[in-house]
Amino acid sequence: MLRDITLGQYYQTDSVIHRLDPRVKLVTTIVFIVSLFVVEGAAGYVLAGLFLLLVIRLSKVPVRFMMRGMKSIAFLLVIAVIFNLFLTQGEVVVSFWKLTITKEGIYYAGCMAVRLVFLIMGSSVMTLTTTPNNLTDGLEKLLGPLKVIRVPVHEIAMMMSIALRFIPILLEETDKIMKAQIARGADFESGNLIKRVKSMVPLLVPLFISAFRRANDLATAMEARCYRGGDHRTKMKPLVYHRRDLMAYGTVCAYLALCIVAGRII
Amino acid sequence: MSIVETKDLVFEYIRRDEEGNVEGITRAVDNVSLSIRQGDFIAVLGHNGSGKSTLAKHINAILYPTEGTVWVNGMDTSDDEKLWDVRQSAGMVFQNPDNQIIGQVVEEDVGFGPENLGVPTKEIWERVEESLRAVGMYEFRKHSPNKLSGGQKQRVSIAGVIAMHPKCIVLDEPTAMLDPKGRKEVIRAARALNDVEEITVILITHYMEEIIYANRVFVMDKGRVAMEGTPREIFSQVERLKELRLDVPQVTLLAHELKKSGLQIPDGILTTQELLQALGL
Amino acid sequence: MAIILDHVNHIYEPGTPMAFSALTDVNLVIPDGQFIGLIGHTGSGKSTLVQHLNGLLKPTSGSIYYNGADINADGFNKKELRSKVGLVFQYPEHQLFEIDVFTDVCFGPKNLGLDRKEVELRAYAALKQVGLEDEYFYQSPFDLSGGQKRRAAIAGVLAMKPEVLILDEPTAGLDPKGRDEILDQIAALRQETGMTVILVSHSMEDVARYVDRIIVMNKSRVMMDDEPGAVFKRYGELEEVGLAAPQITYIMQALKEKGLSVDTDIINVEEASQAILRALGR
Repeated sequence: MLRDITLGQYYQTDSVIHRLDPRVKLVTTIVFIVSLFVVEGAAGYVLAGLFLLLVIRLSKVPVRFMMRGMKSIAFLLVIAVIFNLFLTQGEVVVSFWKLTITKEGIYYAGCMAVRLVFLIMGSSVMTLTTTPNNLTDGLEKLLGPLKVIRVPVHEIAMMMSIALRFIPILLEETDKIMKAQIARGADFESGNLIKRVKSMVPLLVPLFISAFRRANDLATAMEARCYRGGDHRTKMKPLVYHRRDLMAYGTVCAYLALCIVAGRII
Repeated sequence: MSIVETKDLVFEYIRRDEEGNVEGITRAVDNVSLSIRQGDFIAVLGHNGSGKSTLAKHINAILYPTEGTVWVNGMDTSDDEKLWDVRQSAGMVFQNPDNQIIGQVVEEDVGFGPENLGVPTKEIWERVEESLRAVGMYEFRKHSPNKLSGGQKQRVSIAGVIAMHPKCIVLDEPTAMLDPKGRKEVIRAARALNDVEEITVILITHYMEEIIYANRVFVMDKGRVAMEGTPREIFSQVERLKELRLDVPQVTLLAHELKKSGLQIPDGILTTQELLQALGL
Repeated sequence: MAIILDHVNHIYEPGTPMAFSALTDVNLVIPDGQFIGLIGHTGSGKSTLVQHLNGLLKPTSGSIYYNGADINADGFNKKELRSKVGLVFQYPEHQLFEIDVFTDVCFGPKNLGLDRKEVELRAYAALKQVGLEDEYFYQSPFDLSGGQKRRAAIAGVLAMKPEVLILDEPTAGLDPKGRDEILDQIAALRQETGMTVILVSHSMEDVARYVDRIIVMNKSRVMMDDEPGAVFKRYGELEEVGLAAPQITYIMQALKEKGLSVDTDIINVEEASQAILRALGR
């Protein structure tokens, strides 16, 4: 049932992309997403597509896995395409009933579709090749400078990684409590909205109690292991840039430059 | 030298009703004075609610005495300045294996303690490796804790404590939620720590078969130490243990029954072998 | 009338690389009124098995019949089945949610659509059956001790008046006395009502004293299914799969090897003591 949902869909294999520093991957993903909205015209998209293809090939993650992420946005994609297709003013291509499709509409719908697909695939490459933990570390380090303006960067990162650790446990627990209440005749599926919301009480109360108990236990366990916030803490796996990371940054800069140039010329 | 010492330790907490009014005061630990030597293997027995876990939490400075004093490695646990030293000297493993693992990878969890202590990166790796080897979990270092069995998770937790290089480790009912196989794994790991690493082990449990290896056993009841002695001395008092809501291994019970029926059998039989000898077989 | 399992298989996540078989060709007949111990260690398939008996899980293949009706057939009333086959999960106190114990126990019978009076009568009777005193009825379930919470949770299932009661590790986490109290209570309850009881456990020693029949699960299959004495005799096989017979079996075996003529079928200390005294000519 619920435990089938896997979060942080890491795909375990060994590739140059997997080995990259998470900061590089975060920055690259952001740059890539920005580039999608900066570039204009077919040349730009071809460029972005080539870049994406290169990264996917290097990551050794089967394209099938990339496509999984697509399912979740299929609906959004269809809506976006329909809106652009029918609601853009311009040179009419086809017209029937109250709907018209314009040349511009086709163009924008196409752009939107490509952008969305690239965007999802681009971020999938990041989540598929980086463990959630690594990602959190990368974020903590990247956002580090914000500590100066009193943003609790370490605490946020710690919370994220604890959440990631406990989500599967709590999902399993939900499954168990649900089954136990069904065994006592509870019905989570039928009835109108109000009845259904009410039927969640026997699930939610025990779940919250359990979550609080776990949080309490965990806090005690962390204190017992001398946890006292981010200061004076050393890292078992500190993030250090290697040569490949610098090369990756170089590649990303080159890509960005090309995008800008492509946008100008064509 | 004693690694853990308590003197007239009392711990009370206030019970409140839903509106927050005081309903009464519960004395969870009542005048406990004991002393544990470096290198001992101690078992603390007691039924649920006997105060054994509350006592344990004092050794790690998670709870502070209401009255009396607790010293760990010579440090008063109520001394705020020594707090982190106390917690480093006396590590603690808890009951629920899921609620004490922080890392998403086994090795990262073991590294959590040393990271908090500010140990240099290179040394963290050395400590993690040696700790995981000590509990026999080295080959699982890259695994996700969610995929491990209960016994394996508890061994990871033990490794997490060892990596902090404590003098003493308190295991607070580490086997209560495990199956028999997991229980054996954990007890084996705890014994190895005591034998090989010479870490003082304080094992809190209500499983009688787990205390056989202890040098000394304390039995708690109503917050007090009700019995104290070697496992054999404890097991020779079958009736008293039953009063304290505990039981004894079947072989001990059988020997006790036979003795009551008039056979010449010494008290506190712990193994089948001993029973056979006592029967002259 | 009985529960019959006919070639039941259950595979988790079939068709994926994670596919794994939790039940393999399980065939069992559970007649009315039996007291059964279901033994196996974590991951042996015992929890999956019991969740099939009240229709929480569907077999990947094979059928389960309750009083002659296929419980996974279209139109079979699963809700009614769940009231007939009561399942008490591990750590059942984790499902308590109402403001007081009594209301919580009412939850099950209320879901059956009974009228209020009947619901309360049943809840009262169930709380009495588990030996919980009146003074706890209107307390918050979260204020009870561990053992009391567990009793309240068991009462929550009993209040549905099941014909079959399944308890998954009902003694987990309790101290020795608490364990004996719960098991004694269940045995007494069964005496009184004659219901079928299935006790899921990983400890032979715990169930040996109570049950008429032991089913041993190992690696998704039924490995043994016999009377306790006969199961314990095969202690060698049990050990191979990481289980063990009660200590008393080993003692009797050792005594016999040393030439004392005692019966190795004995499973409790009192009988063992008498047998030894007899053999020694006392």
